[in-house]
Amino acid sequence: MPETTIPNTPTFVLVGHGMVGQRFLESLAARGLTPAAGRARVVVLCEEPRPAYDRVQLTSYFAGRSPEELSLVEPEFMEKHGFELYVGDPAGSVDREARTVTARSGAVFPYDTLVLATGSYPFVPPVPGKDTRGCFVYRTIEDLLAIEEYAKGAETGAVVGGGLLGLEAAGALKGLGLRTHVVEFAPRLMPVQVDEGGGAALLRTIEGMGLTVHTGVGTQEVTAGEDGAVNGMALSDGSSLATDLVVFSAGVRPRDQLARECGLAVGERGGIVVDAECRTSDPAVFAIGECALASDGRVYGLVAPGYEMAETVAEVLGGGRAGFTGADMSTKLKLLGVDVASFGDAHGTAEGALDVVYADSRSGVYKKLVVTADGTLLGGVLVGDADDYGTLRPMTGSVLPVSPEQLVLPAGAGGPVTLGPSALPDDAVICSCHNVTKGAICEHTTLPEVKKCTRAGTGCGSCVKVIGQLLPQSQDTGLCGCFPYSRAELYEIVRTLRVTSFTALLDSHGREEARGGEGCEVCKPTVGSVIASLAPTVGASGYVLDGEQAALQDTNDHFLANLQRNGSYSVVPRIPGGEITPEKLIVIGEVARDFGLYTKITGGQRIDLFGARVDQLPLIWTRLVDAGFESGHAYGKSLRTVKSCVGQTWCRYGVQDSVKMAIDLELRYRGLRSPHKLKSAVSGCARECAEARGKDFGIIATAGGWNLYVGGNGGATPRHADLLAQDLSDAELVRLIDRFLMFYIRTADRLERTSAWLERIDGGLEHVRDVVVHDSLGLCDELERLMADHVTGYRDEWAETIDDPERLRRFVTFVNAPDAPDPSVRFVPERDQMKPDLELLAGPVLAVRTLEGTSS
Amino acid sequence: MTTDTLSAPVAVVRIAHADGWVTVCDRALLSPGRGAAVLLPDGGQAALFMDRSGAVRAIGNRDPFTGAYVLSRGLLGTADGRPFVASPLLKQRFDLATGVCLDDEEVSVPVYAVRVE
Repeated sequence: MPETTIPNTPTFVLVGHGMVGQRFLESLAARGLTPAAGRARVVVLCEEPRPAYDRVQLTSYFAGRSPEELSLVEPEFMEKHGFELYVGDPAGSVDREARTVTARSGAVFPYDTLVLATGSYPFVPPVPGKDTRGCFVYRTIEDLLAIEEYAKGAETGAVVGGGLLGLEAAGALKGLGLRTHVVEFAPRLMPVQVDEGGGAALLRTIEGMGLTVHTGVGTQEVTAGEDGAVNGMALSDGSSLATDLVVFSAGVRPRDQLARECGLAVGERGGIVVDAECRTSDPAVFAIGECALASDGRVYGLVAPGYEMAETVAEVLGGGRAGFTGADMSTKLKLLGVDVASFGDAHGTAEGALDVVYADSRSGVYKKLVVTADGTLLGGVLVGDADDYGTLRPMTGSVLPVSPEQLVLPAGAGGPVTLGPSALPDDAVICSCHNVTKGAICEHTTLPEVKKCTRAGTGCGSCVKVIGQLLPQSQDTGLCGCFPYSRAELYEIVRTLRVTSFTALLDSHGREEARGGEGCEVCKPTVGSVIASLAPTVGASGYVLDGEQAALQDTNDHFLANLQRNGSYSVVPRIPGGEITPEKLIVIGEVARDFGLYTKITGGQRIDLFGARVDQLPLIWTRLVDAGFESGHAYGKSLRTVKSCVGQTWCRYGVQDSVKMAIDLELRYRGLRSPHKLKSAVSGCARECAEARGKDFGIIATAGGWNLYVGGNGGATPRHADLLAQDLSDAELVRLIDRFLMFYIRTADRLERTSAWLERIDGGLEHVRDVVVHDSLGLCDELERLMADHVTGYRDEWAETIDDPERLRRFVTFVNAPDAPDPSVRFVPERDQMKPDLELLAGPVLAVRTLEGTSS
Repeated sequence: MTTDTLSAPVAVVRIAHADGWVTVCDRALLSPGRGAAVLLPDGGQAALFMDRSGAVRAIGNRDPFTGAYVLSRGLLGTADGRPFVASPLLKQRFDLATGVCLDDEEVSVPVYAVRVE
């Protein structure tokens, strides 16, 4: 019988597409209960104008995450599985007799099984004036966008509620640049999660950030000005607070209206009553997440229990057995940059519970472990330093292997014991968002694999550090699948054995199975960089593209230019210290104009010329070299720029000639190959206009000379550089930088910037200072000699290239048609310049795919 | 230095295309461990690679993850004894023998037969 005649697959209707709703869909997909698999029809009604997004991370919008980046739905997810998603069309009513749901749009959907995941709504206390213009709640992206818009005309904001969500909202207001108040009725912040001591530590830290906290007071009234908009609040202690906007964040309530209207049982204080299978009083209807009153009589406002309920229902619908009978309320979060965690019996309510407390209000750290007399861990509260959460929470219920006081004391206070995750039993739950045990994680070997196979680490992310410690990478510190040695070890091997060939190194020092092979994309550039760093010393060619070295370089080094997304390259001439003559500026302009290049000023005080084809590079550089330019090494893991402010010569505040020093340093270290790129800057006074403390090595002028800072970084993980030495003379400064850079090049891992290196190496900054300032290892002579070799051996790569027909031979697009330009590199106009033709990249315009048949 | 392994005085590289073989270039023009792009008669592009033993292989030059014609500029490598090229843009690796992406099995590039004679 043809299957199409009787479509006997069930229809599931999901009401609500929030985090839990999406998780339910993923659970169905994981079990093959999808339309695409022919097992069910699945209809999703979503009230908000966008599919599910990460509500927990809402505040990260202010750290630059767009609403799109917050999305939890992978592209093509709905299409791939055949789920029917109706965005902006919430369920209006349910007819349980007829088993239909009517959406607000009027569309009617019959169901066999209905799953309610309607979530919760923000509770707004019934105070007079709560609906005044300027009052908001903080729950959705739309709320956030509305607050952002209104805040443009505001200076002060107040949040009603000092719990978890309230502090999130306060973080949002602070992110919008408002003077922010937090009003909490309870005597402390986060009363549910932390105890009095934890609240005090939190209070101090949050006040230190410039927020004003009012605890132990209620909101009496929201007052309005003559224009009808919020102008303040009256508080229960008789005081008043002037504010331009108010955000209510005093908790949430289950959204059970739809369930009430169709006669499902709800709890006295709200929440749709469900059993352990998450089934409501109607067996055809389930409820999951924050709208459900679980079988243990609680409504869970956290995402992890909601996920567990979603999994439960998917399993039940697939014919399996599952139950949700209650969840761990443990949480770890970063609120306003402060780590806050609580787990287990955090308030010590169990009989015989004993507290072990460490409190340091000065630094905002508070740690409390709740234990029994025999040392069994019952729970705890961690504020300000929650690093141990990942190992402590899974140990709840077991006897601690060391005394609890050792675990709360800070390092260096007599009992610096950190529990390694190796102490955990196999059934300890490491990821509580996805309920993944240590045993399940240890079946895998890499973090991406763990995330893909077990989903551990993909929820709140607080367990990622522990997962990293559980994975076996620590046993093998080898660079890659080809070498069992770290980059630092390979550096020593190349240096002492004077190895100048990658294949020789691979065949002599590679892993057994990799010998005789090609190496890989990790070790080739790494070894190429090490040989280049040591070239003058070990007797290799200083030109990175000679002989076998050419095959080791990433394409950027290979073509001495930076590959861009459409296969074209960009060109950056060196402009030492950012100082340039009008004549040279004109040459750059003429070259860009003549070759039709897009120009942009870089952050490192130079000019980037984009859109060159491979065959144009030598022509462009012939013009640039003739005008006196050199390679800027923007393509290399090497010194980029030494940025400078204008310094003493022109600036009324300057105390040293920062421009001259920047030029001298840039010319000294240009072309130096290193584990990662190197950036530097020189500021002429303490005002620090060159932003030197954001650089790998930064120099700030003082009346007595120069201060040298090292290990700074901008980018995704900013770090202020640390002071290495102060009041140095010109010669002392240069000597110290020579040593510092060579020590870094010698000991750092591949692609490890100085900031990460300084944090990683044993002894940190103090050790580096001992080595490079006090010469504790007796290495300094050698480090200086290596740098002297580099300085003497430096030659401009581009000048050498355009003078050598053999070297120029590589700059063709096609080996069989050297004169043909690349037809796939095309441009379209934008803002009076040009940009890559991205449509050309997206579409199969060139008929390559018609050739596929020839391979077989 | 490596010429002694290339014993034939002139070795010409040909690539399978449509119903026949297209002559590409003299093998001496290829450097071991690196690739070169080939313009095919119909305007398509292939990426040609020679490994350190002198073996030559070809795949499509278009990187399916970015749409750019750049695979010939990637680095050659060996993983579990199989030759691959890593895209210079986002570093996905493609098996030179099968064209399958080692980092995402659902993605592949065309493979072209090659003769050196």
